[in-house]
Amino acid sequence: MRDGFIRTVLELAKTDRNIEMVTGDLGFGVLKPFWEAVPDQFINAGIAEQNMTSMAAGMALEGKTVYTYSIGNFPTLRCLEQIRNDCAYHEANVKIVCVGGGFVYGSLGMSHHATEDLAVMRSLPGIAVFAPADQAEAAAVARATAGYPGTCYIRLGRGGEKKVRESIEHFQVGKALPVQEGSGVAIFTTGDIYGEAAEAAVLLEEAGIRPTLYTFPTVKPIDRETILDCACRHELIVTCEEHNILGGLGTAVAEVLAESSAAAQLLRLGIEGSYCTAVGDQKYLRRLYGLTGEQIAQRILKELA
Amino acid sequence: MTSEQLAWKICRHDVEITHISGGSHIGAVLSMADIMAVLYADVLRYRPEEPKWEGRDRFVLSKGHAGAALYITLAELGFFPVEELLTYYQNGSRLSGHVSHKVPGVDASTGSLGHGIGLAVGMAIAAKQDRKTHRVFTVLGDGECNEGSVWESAQAAANFQLDNLVAIVDHNHMQSLDFCERTLYSGSLADKWRSFGWNVIELNGHDHDALRAALTQKKAGQPIVIVAHTVKGNRIPFMEKDILWHYRFPHDGWEYDGAVNALHACKPEGVEDPYTPNGIENPVLPGPDADIYRDHTAGATYHPTWFQVQEVSK
Repeated sequence: MRDGFIRTVLELAKTDRNIEMVTGDLGFGVLKPFWEAVPDQFINAGIAEQNMTSMAAGMALEGKTVYTYSIGNFPTLRCLEQIRNDCAYHEANVKIVCVGGGFVYGSLGMSHHATEDLAVMRSLPGIAVFAPADQAEAAAVARATAGYPGTCYIRLGRGGEKKVRESIEHFQVGKALPVQEGSGVAIFTTGDIYGEAAEAAVLLEEAGIRPTLYTFPTVKPIDRETILDCACRHELIVTCEEHNILGGLGTAVAEVLAESSAAAQLLRLGIEGSYCTAVGDQKYLRRLYGLTGEQIAQRILKELA
Repeated sequence: MTSEQLAWKICRHDVEITHISGGSHIGAVLSMADIMAVLYADVLRYRPEEPKWEGRDRFVLSKGHAGAALYITLAELGFFPVEELLTYYQNGSRLSGHVSHKVPGVDASTGSLGHGIGLAVGMAIAAKQDRKTHRVFTVLGDGECNEGSVWESAQAAANFQLDNLVAIVDHNHMQSLDFCERTLYSGSLADKWRSFGWNVIELNGHDHDALRAALTQKKAGQPIVIVAHTVKGNRIPFMEKDILWHYRFPHDGWEYDGAVNALHACKPEGVEDPYTPNGIENPVLPGPDADIYRDHTAGATYHPTWFQVQEVSK
């Protein structure tokens, strides 16, 4: 997903000299094609995310579309006020790219778990928030954000995600994308946890329940229409995200449902409890927090029972 | 308008609008009035009738709490009506205490310290990439240099050889609670900038000729920083070097009358005072209990036992 995203931004940058990539000294092996192909549109801002973000805003105010690139919480929490004041408030065309949403860098420890980023970015006015599920969604988000006015946040996985669909017909900012139609249960996912949700869907189908499945590559603006439509047609809505249970996709969906008259129940699946002290890879930590396909299926069956 | 006249106007308007609004940071505006005046009277390229003119020099007030200095300058130069200055801090006004890019002529909003220089670095990079010849100027506070992000930006500017970038540090030697020299002090500010790879010019920040000369200098491949030694509260003796006037505004009575008359005592030729054309006759004078000419710094009453608070000679 990461490589596809960068490849797409590079394609765009080759024809639009105002598209720039600024990295916080990360992207070894990933960004090389970028700096080799369009060196005048690439900057290594060093390990200095606050300046990277203010600087990107300054460049954007001069007409550039600037992608800032780093991993985990470094491009967001480390420089949150720069994002708020310098990027969002100035409606600056800064596109903040985080590689490693959730537990991608699981074994590296808590510092590298980006598990509150969606909530924090979503709460800032003037920022659109994206978490693509696979390579195709990432490429679509890359193209969409390049042309989307203002500040965006893009949370990426690292690679090896399960492919959602062959191609995306009509990608629109703020629109969820259907994967399959079912009944009784609708599962909404964002980011690369999709693979687990898809596995859960297979298990549920084996148990006689074919769930509806949507990916939400855009978390903000949230797709109210799809949420409300599904809430009318299903008894249970399930949100699934590799993110703290507070403030992310589940919360966004809850906000929509709470203000509607829909009768559907909501089950929010995400990271609950305190910071992760366990050591392990992404799959291991997902299991620890009940977010594998099997666990997701069990939790849904329990909810339906 | 000469730079001397503009500098005086900045001071006079600032006394008036902080008096009316109860706004803070009069001392911080007075210390940089001369810097702003020389920049806008003699150095920057701009078009008041076309604030977004492509060829303009960019200006970012990194010490955004001195926003009044920029608003007044822009109003005096015709970016918006001078009368609007009286709405400073008021409900429904465009003129927030910290500087706002919603005001014509303001290139960037600031207010949280350590951001403006980063914005300026980005603007300077964009200008270089686009082969444009305008320059980018930013004014920082010396207290602001406590912020780590300032030094992130300083490193970037030196590394990218931004010789189209000029930073001016308003070195009034005071910050919110105390002298800089006993708040996170770790050696000379000029030495720090030099060690970060900048071309450092140290001067008296109230000397217009020195400022003019420095602000028009250029050295290929290196950003310039002017470390301008200034006096907080300059031109109004009872405010000078008194930290009280970082936050306090001139109240009715001796404070306002004294401030206005202090300015009239140094009014240059050919400049009009729109509020009190002849100063204030029969001004109220400070009484025996007036809180004046006292040391209000934290260090005057802060006596920890585990380290020695530095003595600072005023």
